[in-house]
Amino acid sequence: MFVIECPWCGKRDQSEFITHGEAHIARPTNGHEMTDAEWGDYVFFRDNPKGITRERWIHTHGCARWFNVMRHTVTEEIFATYKPTDPKPELPEGSE
Amino acid sequence: MAHFSVFSLVRNALNYHKDWPRQWRSPEPKSHYDVIIVGGGAHGLATAYYLATECGITNVAVLERAWIGGGNSGRNTTIVRSNYLWDESAALYDHSVKLWEGLSQELNYNVMFSQRGLLHLAHSVHDMQEIGRRGSAIHLNGIDSEFVTPEKVKEMVPFINLNCRYPVMGALLQRRGGTALHDAVVWGYARGADAAGVDIIQNCEVTGFKIEDNTVVGVETSRGDIMANKVGVVAAGHSSVMAEMAGFRMPLESFPLQALVSEPLKPLVDNVIMSNGVHAYISQSDKGELVIGASSDAYTSYSQRGGFNVIEDTLQAICELYPVFKRVKMMRQWAGIVDVTVDRSPIITKTPVNNLYFNCGWGTGGFKATPGSGNVFAHSIARGEMHPVAEPFSMFRFHSGALIDEGAAAAVAH
Ligand SMILES: Cc1cc2nc3c(=O)[nH]c(=O)nc-3n(C[C@H](O)[C@H](O)[C@H](O)COP(=O)(O)OP(=O)(O)OC[C@H]3O[C@@H](n4cnc5c(N)ncnc54)[C@H](O)[C@@H]3O)c2cc1C
Ligand SMILES: [Zn+2]
Repeated sequence: MFVIECPWCGKRDQSEFITHGEAHIARPTNGHEMTDAEWGDYVFFRDNPKGITRERWIHTHGCARWFNVMRHTVTEEIFATYKPTDPKPELPEGSE
Repeated sequence: MAHFSVFSLVRNALNYHKDWPRQWRSPEPKSHYDVIIVGGGAHGLATAYYLATECGITNVAVLERAWIGGGNSGRNTTIVRSNYLWDESAALYDHSVKLWEGLSQELNYNVMFSQRGLLHLAHSVHDMQEIGRRGSAIHLNGIDSEFVTPEKVKEMVPFINLNCRYPVMGALLQRRGGTALHDAVVWGYARGADAAGVDIIQNCEVTGFKIEDNTVVGVETSRGDIMANKVGVVAAGHSSVMAEMAGFRMPLESFPLQALVSEPLKPLVDNVIMSNGVHAYISQSDKGELVIGASSDAYTSYSQRGGFNVIEDTLQAICELYPVFKRVKMMRQWAGIVDVTVDRSPIITKTPVNNLYFNCGWGTGGFKATPGSGNVFAHSIARGEMHPVAEPFSMFRFHSGALIDEGAAAAVAH
């Protein structure tokens, strides 16, 4: 169970939040030119990394706003939380 | 292979069981195999077993990073059933149940398959409609399922609280469903595969694939390179990691899924009882422990430990439905990493790399499918063409859109 720092509200218990998976997946703008395989990749295929992941969370039982979390999927350590409009934070020192 | 029988049991009892031989060898890896299976879980071992016994391919190795059965095969709550909604799933899961029914005899190994009956409780109008639709579909596929009333549920489960926060409005019963002993399934297939000539190589982690002209020709491992004509990857929660090594992605996310067992009690829970709406299910092992499972954690993880909130949610539901268990002590808790697809159906498939096959995406519910999965995967690898039962479960269904949406039947329950 995590303590997550909402960029707007500060540190709160994980039970106030819901995650919706991988962040920074932009909807393609050239949809009419894309093949079924390209659409399938966009909709269903994921990196699912063993290591550092960037994912979307929403503070459902709080401010109800979206933000991104940079987390390690083995240690569960959270390195950063940031607003969707913020630049991607640097990877922590020493990580691949 | 020492044959197990009443006579061998008596003979060995006279020697205080000191003379039983090892059940499988521990060979050094050869430099080349016809087929390499990556992952020594029950599905990987079953695949190797059927390759050697049904497909005539005995020059096979199973490479396991740690010890066989240490992954989800040794961590699951052992529920077996085939009451799925879609025809494709019915074919695959009932193929498995039929193999389960003869498995102890076939393997000469008691996998303790117990068809004790499995109840899916319905707690709302929506649940009732779901079991109504699914139950009828199951009937049409010739698989047993019965609708039962709350009174009948009470007869079968006298200690249930029908009128609690999760009122019981009815249930779907599959009498052929039940449980089996997870470790015995792993060991039985390992012993059978070994006897048929398969090399089971433990402490051998696959760290990369050797690919030439977009065709796999071998694997890199912690014990050196091993060449192969064909490679089948059966790595459950680590399937995305394996796919990345081969240069493609999978439509998978890996989540922790937890289970817990209580102190042993006298026999009380005769069936497996689950519900899709309430995130808790229960059965009782032959040792007497209550075996309790829940939903997966909400976030992706490879940590093999789940969050405490899931245990709390699960146990509050168990205590609400079965108040008799309020004072029972829980003894152990653990998690496995399950690889989940969006349609909650597995992936049995060719891949973008020639001669490289994947069997994954079983998520929270693949134990029940162990025999069928291994069987159709073995035939697919041997022939180089997917077995008709496996065909619809290709990874490329996520490109064509032909998903097999078992969300309602499998999302929560196992
Ligand atoms: C808590 C829990 C409860 C469950 N309950 C049920 C249930 O009641 N009913 C049901 O049907 N299913 C259930 N499941 C799901 C079921 O356990 C799995 O679907 C099934 O066991 C998958 O078998 P497998 O052989 O594919 O995977 P595993 O047994 O996980 O085997 C994969 C193997 O691959 C190995 N591996 C990984 N990477 C490498 C590498 N690089 N090199 C070599 N080896 C590698 C791993 O060490 C592992 O041994 C449950 C799962 C969990 C975690
Ligand atoms: Zn907030």
